[in-house]
Amino acid sequence: MTKKSLEINDVSKNTAILSKVNNEDLMPLPWSIEEGESKDIVQDLKDKYACDLDDVCVLNIPKPQSKEEEQEFVDKFITGMKKSFSKTDNWTFLSMLETTMENCAKCNTCSDACHLYEASGQNEMYRPTYRTEIFRRIYKKFVKKEALSDLRNGKIDLNWKTVARLGEMAYRCNICRRCAQTCPIGADNALVAREIRKIFSQEMGIAPPELHEKGSVNQLRTGSSTQMTAMVAKDNVEFIDEDFSEETGYDFKTPWDVQGADILLIHNAGEIMAWPDNIAAFSIIFEAAGLSWTLSSEIAAYDSINYGVFYDDVQFARTAILHAQAAKNLGVKKIVLAECGHAHKALTVIADRVLPEGLKTPRESCFPLLRDIVNSGKIKFDPSRNNFPVTLHDPCNVTRLMGIIKPQRDIMKALCPQFREMVPNGPHNYCCGGGSGFAIMHRNNIGDWRNKLTGRKKISQILNAFSDTRGPETEKYVCAPCSNCKGQIRDMIEHYEMLDKEKITYGGIVELIVNAMVDVNPGFINWEEF
Amino acid sequence: MSLFVYLITYIGIIIFCAAVLKRIIAYINNPPHVRWELYPVGHESGERAEYGGSYLEDVDWWKKPRHVSRINELKVMIPEILGLKAVHEYNRPLWFVTYPFHLGLYFTIMFMVFIVIGSFAQILDIPAAPIMAIAKFTGPLGFILTICGAVGLLYKRITDQNLKIHSCFEHYFNLMLFIVTMGLAVLTWLFVDPDFLMAKTFVAGLISFKLTAISSPLFLLQIVFMVATIAYIPFTHMSHFFMKYFLYHDIRWGDEPNINTPKTDAKINVVLNYPITWSAPHIAGHNKKTWAEVATFNPEAEPEKE
Repeated sequence: MTKKSLEINDVSKNTAILSKVNNEDLMPLPWSIEEGESKDIVQDLKDKYACDLDDVCVLNIPKPQSKEEEQEFVDKFITGMKKSFSKTDNWTFLSMLETTMENCAKCNTCSDACHLYEASGQNEMYRPTYRTEIFRRIYKKFVKKEALSDLRNGKIDLNWKTVARLGEMAYRCNICRRCAQTCPIGADNALVAREIRKIFSQEMGIAPPELHEKGSVNQLRTGSSTQMTAMVAKDNVEFIDEDFSEETGYDFKTPWDVQGADILLIHNAGEIMAWPDNIAAFSIIFEAAGLSWTLSSEIAAYDSINYGVFYDDVQFARTAILHAQAAKNLGVKKIVLAECGHAHKALTVIADRVLPEGLKTPRESCFPLLRDIVNSGKIKFDPSRNNFPVTLHDPCNVTRLMGIIKPQRDIMKALCPQFREMVPNGPHNYCCGGGSGFAIMHRNNIGDWRNKLTGRKKISQILNAFSDTRGPETEKYVCAPCSNCKGQIRDMIEHYEMLDKEKITYGGIVELIVNAMVDVNPGFINWEEF
Repeated sequence: MSLFVYLITYIGIIIFCAAVLKRIIAYINNPPHVRWELYPVGHESGERAEYGGSYLEDVDWWKKPRHVSRINELKVMIPEILGLKAVHEYNRPLWFVTYPFHLGLYFTIMFMVFIVIGSFAQILDIPAAPIMAIAKFTGPLGFILTICGAVGLLYKRITDQNLKIHSCFEHYFNLMLFIVTMGLAVLTWLFVDPDFLMAKTFVAGLISFKLTAISSPLFLLQIVFMVATIAYIPFTHMSHFFMKYFLYHDIRWGDEPNINTPKTDAKINVVLNYPITWSAPHIAGHNKKTWAEVATFNPEAEPEKE
């Protein structure tokens, strides 16, 4: 089936897959780069799960084994959809969902804003309104039961393939909400993707393992999605303190569980394992600035991630409450979120109307605080240490969804003489391609799909930002102050061999700050390896 | 026949008002939703408005006064409402047809307002020549622009593959309805009521309940179509003409922090005690009935007792 012929009701047809993006369909990159052959899903996976949408399988929906199971699957989805429109079961997002269902003019103004739609060569399946329109037609026909619905709203057949494909399609969106930003009416197709994910998780018990079993469940069970217990996390941070004290020549110790500290800093625990330099950099900066701060070893409080944001309101609320409870127990004045975009939005914005009165310790982003530290004069900097081309990736959750734009730029302008913007940027940025949970997914061919398709627009922006400094002679730095974004950008740099060919590396913002600190040995940023 | 048309008009206006009110009340009565704002937020003040920043850019933002600029909000709203700025910016080919359509409707609404004013003037025996002069200008302009826009939109929906896939009977029906209704308005203006005196008399009759007989079948047919179209609008996606207010002000720009807001806290306390019936194993099966009970229960840390 070609992308040209894809109609809404094709989703219900009994075909092997709905659509496929071939290499020749992909949006061209600014530099001529040969794309390798796409990896196929292994047969074993196809036998076990409903991999009926395209050539990727994210959700792992068990294949129904009989007509009865097929019907049960459909019925469960419809039951979940009804709950999505219930004031009690979905008070959190009912207003947004209803207004998007009822007011969209289907003008497709949002389509060109979507980096996936563009990167896929305008594949209809990736159009922001495609999955929404399927959802809307099912809603109007089977839940709202509008008279003459097929005639009024367009035909939709409902069978298990429709539901399975719709579920999988909810994971063909980064939920970056760039589409919503362009909607003349204010409809939000990204929200619909999340609502579909919620029905699958909250009603049908189906979610990607990285988000649920290995994600939010692990966090609630052990304290972190990394499965680090508090003791392991503390040990690891102690090692980081020792290693980086020696390496930087700046002696520091990360404080834990300091009762009554001003600040509870919460890292994405993935940083401890994958990017220890980020943990060390925060500690060095906070210590050098003389802040009263602490980390917490309470359950979930040493890991800021809240994967519920991506797929499940209940898991979201449980995690947010644990974070807030830890702050209350320590008696801190505020929570500061380290470099993790979705954690920023989860705890600062969404939880704002979830947390009860007793748990409302104020929450803020690390970026304004870091900007104030840099500008305060408490720490001496030598910007010439950062005299290489630097570009800034704007995490969607921090910029488009929270409006924190300038503090990062103030730091860049103060400390990075060769700073250059990506285009577009700020609230109009493009997602890194790892948003809404994809960055942590490496199963089967998901990594391949992320590198080639979901991150295509971002790698294109990065390449354009460095177009005047081609070649491996010049070291270049992509500042991506968000753990998920860093993971995605790391994978793309590896995939396109950008470290070897173009000497492009990546990291957070605190690494750049410490790299410029006079009291720290030169060379904090490592250009040789990730 | 005239009496029947008067009756239809009253019923049509009542249906329109009731349907609009029903939608608005339904929205207002929805439980409070979580924050889901999207930047740039229209009412942001100072230089932040220029680049899409927010109050969250300040350290200890909750200790600082929050400045909300209604002027900046208007600077966003006016070009959006009057110029369809978002479509102009992000979907220019569509703007060339949807803008005349919307502009035509705005002129038609202005025409109706001026006819109502003229009718009041007629009832009160006050001269209203300038008002009627404006009506004579805005009416035909509105009808013709709407027809041009609707024909253009219909053509787009039929010929543009991207739009065609997402178009259904209701889209075509709605556009045809506008073309026929405004077509009848143009014919009535050209051949029956060039100065809109009949329209003014009809509306004055509606207002004063003095139902003067109207002899023109074309005029009456035009009224029936116009009223039917107006009554029908709130039942369709065209309800966005008033729901957009909530989509923008309550959702997209709904950035009010829950700091020192006892009313919000009270509402949160209510919704946290709502029953929850989601069936997935991680939610159901722990004998927790409300959102508060479910959210404060950690099934992983506290495995169910046998």
